Amino acid sequence: MTGIVVVSHSRALAEAAVGLATQMVGDGGPVIEVAAGLSETELGTDAAAISEALERATDEQGVVVFMDLGSALMSTETALEFLDPDLAERVHLTWAPLVEGLVGATVAAAGGADPERVVSEAELAVEAKKRHLATVTEDD
Amino acid sequence: MAESTASIDDLVGWLRRSAELLQQEASHLTELDAAIGDADHGANMSRGFTAVTEALDAESFDTVDALMKKVGMTMVSKVGGASGPLYGTFFLRFGTSQPGATELDATALAAAVEAGIGGIAQRGKSERGEKTMLDAWYPALEALQAADGLAAGVHAAAEAAAEGRDATEPMTATKGRASYLGERSVGHIDPGSASTALIWQAADETLGGAA
Repeated sequence: MTGIVVVSHSRALAEAAVGLATQMVGDGGPVIEVAAGLSETELGTDAAAISEALERATDEQGVVVFMDLGSALMSTETALEFLDPDLAERVHLTWAPLVEGLVGATVAAAGGADPERVVSEAELAVEAKKRHLATVTEDD
Repeated sequence: MAESTASIDDLVGWLRRSAELLQQEASHLTELDAAIGDADHGANMSRGFTAVTEALDAESFDTVDALMKKVGMTMVSKVGGASGPLYGTFFLRFGTSQPGATELDATALAAAVEAGIGGIAQRGKSERGEKTMLDAWYPALEALQAADGLAAGVHAAAEAAAEGRDATEPMTATKGRASYLGERSVGHIDPGSASTALIWQAADETLGGAA
């Protein structure tokens, strides 16, 4: 099953997002690892912790990485340099929004989707939100 | 009188002096960052370099690459903000550009700094003139390359880094948190360029023997 890693400045934010997403799949979901915060409460991102999370979450198919903003992106790109190149090739970064994207990705991965498919489902999640709110605005 | 090459001990001295200056100036760096960013640069650099100092206390290093690998890995783990991967990548590339070296002359130092700056530019997808630390790094490198010898080189680099820092004031930020402010970033010095200037000041005081 395609694995997932959540990179955030805040551990609380990442864990809550994972909680929301795994509600959809019960016990049958993918491995989701969190690399967030410098500690339980300190905000920040840590490239070494991200590379360890990637090693834990990547299976034969690969892994999809969600990031919040700013240094989360650069720390994730730094983490890729620490990985075995074979493993790094199986890591897919997505610009999908953390909350909506993670829900879509978790459901897709639980259904056996490969990383490319998981990424496209995650990135589609923002379109559903846009369409919904566009409709609301028109009705007003 | 300064030597013509920097030993491992000299490089360790540079890193320790950098830590002292960054800790002393932490509140000033945070003030700069509060104006155009997220007000954490001083705390982040201070935390990162405190961890570097602890790593230097705990271990000794036989080669420049082993030393700088430790420094870089500590920075990417402990800083927390964008300066973690940026400075971390600088030190990692600095080290890997000098495999097996046990000392650096002015030419080797310039080559190591150039490799490190390449890492910052790649990591930040940034270039000169975008109101970032690169606006202090590039002038420092050019001054180092143009000077004759190590002491003169790091002295010229420290002056050029300070001028580069000051030159960020009228710039408009297009990278990082400050880019959200656009034109409102004008009139403020970039905090990353200020921490870079402190690291060069430390180089001048240690490698250059200016203290």
